[in-house]
Amino acid sequence: MQWETVIGLEVHVQLATRSKIFSGASTAFGAEPNTQACAVDLGLPGTLPVLNEQAVAMAVQFGLAVHADIAEVSVFDRKNYFYADLPKGYQTSQMYHPIVGPGDVDITLDDDTTKRIRIHHAHLEEDAGKSLHEDFLGMTGIDLNRAGTPLLEIVSEPDMRSAKEAVAYLKAIHAIVTYLGISDGNMAEGSMRCDVNVSVRPKGQEAFGTRAEIKNVNSFRFVERAIAFEVERQIELIEDGGTVVQETRLFDPERDETRSMRTKEEANDYRYFPCPDLLPVVLDEAYLDHLRSQLPELPADKRERFQSELGLSAYDAAVLSASREMAEFFEEVHHVCGDAKQAANWVQGELSGALNRENLSITNSPISARQLGGLLSRVIDGTINGKAAKQVFQALWNGQGENADAIIEAKGLKQVTDTGAIEAMIDQVIAESPAQVAQYRDAEPEKRGKMIGYFVGQVMKASRGTANPQQVNGVLIAKLDALL
Amino acid sequence: MALEESHVRRAAHLARLAVSDDQATGFVDDLSRILDMVDQLQSIDTEGVSPLSHPLDATQRLRADEVTETNQRDMFQRCAPAVENGLYLVPRVVE
Repeated sequence: MQWETVIGLEVHVQLATRSKIFSGASTAFGAEPNTQACAVDLGLPGTLPVLNEQAVAMAVQFGLAVHADIAEVSVFDRKNYFYADLPKGYQTSQMYHPIVGPGDVDITLDDDTTKRIRIHHAHLEEDAGKSLHEDFLGMTGIDLNRAGTPLLEIVSEPDMRSAKEAVAYLKAIHAIVTYLGISDGNMAEGSMRCDVNVSVRPKGQEAFGTRAEIKNVNSFRFVERAIAFEVERQIELIEDGGTVVQETRLFDPERDETRSMRTKEEANDYRYFPCPDLLPVVLDEAYLDHLRSQLPELPADKRERFQSELGLSAYDAAVLSASREMAEFFEEVHHVCGDAKQAANWVQGELSGALNRENLSITNSPISARQLGGLLSRVIDGTINGKAAKQVFQALWNGQGENADAIIEAKGLKQVTDTGAIEAMIDQVIAESPAQVAQYRDAEPEKRGKMIGYFVGQVMKASRGTANPQQVNGVLIAKLDALL
Repeated sequence: MALEESHVRRAAHLARLAVSDDQATGFVDDLSRILDMVDQLQSIDTEGVSPLSHPLDATQRLRADEVTETNQRDMFQRCAPAVENGLYLVPRVVE
């Protein structure tokens, strides 16, 4: 039987506010345990939450970026459950009137087609603390620094049909939140986490199958692997006559499998109700207009502009707009050198290659965008040729000079375009290569084209790579043909 | 709505309340009466009336995104039953 996979994602994004969603405690990552957990975060009696305006603004910005309806009135609810890292005994969330209503995101697939994924809604809530299950005399350690960190939970419709689509969607969300600057998007530090709902159904069937929810998947790669495993598990189960049960599962990256986490025998009953400590949040049109006017250029717009204005290919535009860091680097290189195609080629070619080899991200590039742009300016104005450019790139990478001009000067890489000088070098090479000249003369005319390579190589060597290769080629052919 | 003792037991479990057998029987009666009153309320026609999420006719005030809290861990942890390395210790949680 042919099976179809159905995937929906719940993405939790930690918002990059300085303080927590309901208190003035810091949200900085990596502090000593419980040094950033104040009375409100600890749920001590008598404390009251006060909503952070920046968290609201960031949620709205996201909503505007995904063309969503922003709720004029949104309401916080209590989601009740007992867990040691949730000191209040409830999570303050938004169940019935979320701040961001239905929207959509376009994802780009490998074959360059786009697909629209609908967003059901996005709501504001608070993060919980962390449980440390190492052995503390048979007890669990609780760090509440993370408790109260603002989260935006973005819930998609079940619109994805493969692990690849799910990853493309997650990357699109990641790009949007980092472009907006509302989250650092650091998945390794948990700034972006994802619950994956997966089900399978016979191809052509309209009704969804029973889904399993895989909790807390924290990398793009794990999302892909967790889905791949889960799909296979469900299909095998059904084909062997079993049924999928609705449950929460955990992805174990070490064993590359998902495992049942809790049975729904004692189904969670969160008993949501409106939080009496918080009043309805009311946003007016003027506020939305203000935030709308401040939205930066978003990934999809940038990609479109890279193609239409800069003349980049669809592929180049997609790669260079994929992340904010990449796009900013490319635009700075382009700004300095003025040639979009050269900038695109070098950022994706030489630079990305070198970064990959040394496992560096573009933000940690040893060569700045300004330096690369300066180097490309010298290629474009003919000061150096392509070969010398690679040497300069290497020298900049190794920190051997402040900028391309200094290195060109120090290494004497300036391209020789003076015809007299080039002719002199060619004359010398011809004089020193009687055997090759004879071979050239005796060869069939159609084979001579290939034989010219030897002479070009010798001249380039004599010029230490600085001669203009096109010029060398032209003069050489003329001189050799004159000897025939 | 007729409530059964199992409903009371379940509600008590979710709220982590210890309820004795005698109390449970009493709660079945009390809560059933409360639910009857709710049934009565639900028979009222509320077509076109938007739900009241808060009794005050006011909207949420927002605070500026500033760090105003200092580290008071030592003070807070003085009333915790067990702490170690700055962590609150709780009975082992196994998922």
